[in-house]
Amino acid sequence: MMIWNQNKECMSREEMRELQGKRLHKLVSLVYHNTPFYRNKMQEMNITPDDIRTIDDIVKLPFTTKQDLRDNYPTGMFASNMSEIVRLHASSGTTGSPTVVGYTRKDLAIWSESVTRCLNAFGIGRNDIVSVAYGYGLFTGGLGLHYGVENLGATVIPTSTGSTEKHIKLLRDLGATAIACTPSYALYLAETIEKMGLSMDDFKLKAGVFGGEPWTEEMRVEIERRLGIKGYNIYGLSEIMGPGVSYECECQCGSHIVDDHFYPEIIDPQTCEPLGYGKQGELVFTTLTKEGMPLLRYRTRDLTSLIDEKCACGRTAVRMTPVVGRSDDMLIIRGINVFPSQVESVILEMKEFEPLYMLVVDRVNNLDTLEVQVEVREGYYSDDINAMLALKKRLANRMKSVLSINAEIRFMEPGQLVRAQGKSQHVIDKRIIK
Amino acid sequence: MTTKQLSIFLENRIGRTKEVVEILSNAGIDILAFTIADSAEFGILRLIVSDIEKAAKQLKEAKISAIQTDVLWIPMDERIGALAEVLSKLAEGNVSIEYMYVCYSDSKPYIVIRPAQMELDKCEQIFG
Repeated sequence: MMIWNQNKECMSREEMRELQGKRLHKLVSLVYHNTPFYRNKMQEMNITPDDIRTIDDIVKLPFTTKQDLRDNYPTGMFASNMSEIVRLHASSGTTGSPTVVGYTRKDLAIWSESVTRCLNAFGIGRNDIVSVAYGYGLFTGGLGLHYGVENLGATVIPTSTGSTEKHIKLLRDLGATAIACTPSYALYLAETIEKMGLSMDDFKLKAGVFGGEPWTEEMRVEIERRLGIKGYNIYGLSEIMGPGVSYECECQCGSHIVDDHFYPEIIDPQTCEPLGYGKQGELVFTTLTKEGMPLLRYRTRDLTSLIDEKCACGRTAVRMTPVVGRSDDMLIIRGINVFPSQVESVILEMKEFEPLYMLVVDRVNNLDTLEVQVEVREGYYSDDINAMLALKKRLANRMKSVLSINAEIRFMEPGQLVRAQGKSQHVIDKRIIK
Repeated sequence: MTTKQLSIFLENRIGRTKEVVEILSNAGIDILAFTIADSAEFGILRLIVSDIEKAAKQLKEAKISAIQTDVLWIPMDERIGALAEVLSKLAEGNVSIEYMYVCYSDSKPYIVIRPAQMELDKCEQIFG
């Protein structure tokens, strides 16, 4: 496998920490002088840019939250003049006003460099043809991947979202070798290819660039089996850059963070205390080199842990383990922490079910209830009601052992659960807290 | 004497059975017999129809998943004691019954039986 930037991806940890420290010092000066939000915060905390000399000084700096970005909507967090900003993106505003992010020309170059490192680690080179099926537009997924593929010198098919049948036809007819999309859309693609009666032998696909939502090892196995490809994780978030903040290598033992540009920390989500390597907590990023909208210690809400050991692939870049959930979409049901990803892993390990689910949380007579809606896969339906009830019981028992609470299983008719094209919505919480 | 039965998984919601039955009637398919097995939140609708292949195709187009099962199909005399005779033959042959229901075809009664172990060959021997 190839390493795009040997110098940075395999740099010794001491050299990297020195580079990170220098970049952090410069970053803090930039935001202190250009972002009133950070200047005010730092003055309140009685720190100046001169107090930040090495990367270890980062713990002195204030955190940034999603709420801070909303409060400073639309461009209050920008550290560059609009004349320097060459592109804007915005995240969906499902729980408030949208978040706008701005990029300078240099930011875009670093973004493309980061995505190129990812693609190269996935075994994608200049002879490959990559279909980018993330949404193009305000969402960073589509354009982020697009320019990374071009920067690598491979061929990009800017598919975006839309007709799946047309997409499948183009994948086949153009001989696409890689596809970039959400893992749930990859499963939907597999299902549609099977429904269209096509064989994977008609395709040249070999790699999948999957991100945009957390996914499990079981889901990877399922996608790899049905599409006959290798599936790699690409991680990112628009507040920090977009896709390309971290990526798996061929060892698939965590995702390497592009840590010469995005400095990671893990904190306790309750106390905000920094946690060491190997400890699970909330992932926090500082954008070491960003000019448009640099962020100090941005709280991602993603729960993961960091690994600081040299990888078998040769890279030294710090790795993050798969995201187990979000500190804000963790459900508390009857006092127990429940992550949708746990439910997903159970459903994916049982061949009788489609890889889809919906959780409905409610409160009946002051008691929380959890309903898990699933679809039985075609071929596993039985005419025998006892066999169906036994299957339901088996899933319920498995859920109980993983979640530690009872879940009511509900079998839906085929096609009733939503097949997501973008990030899938997996939870309906009907509880009204009185 | 076996025939094919269609089984359809249905969520328990108002109007769902009507929708399925309408798909069949719109396609000119005659329902000879039906029964519904129900649990708390789903049911299985079992049907004997005039044209099972056409019915299966119509349902598939409507994205309704139907499975086909072989069942015993025994003509009955319309007289007192006829059902008891059929059932005693099965009991003597040590066949247990999963479920059964009555069907009319060409104005003649039939009994549809799904043996518990799917011992259709054995049942055919019993009824010669």
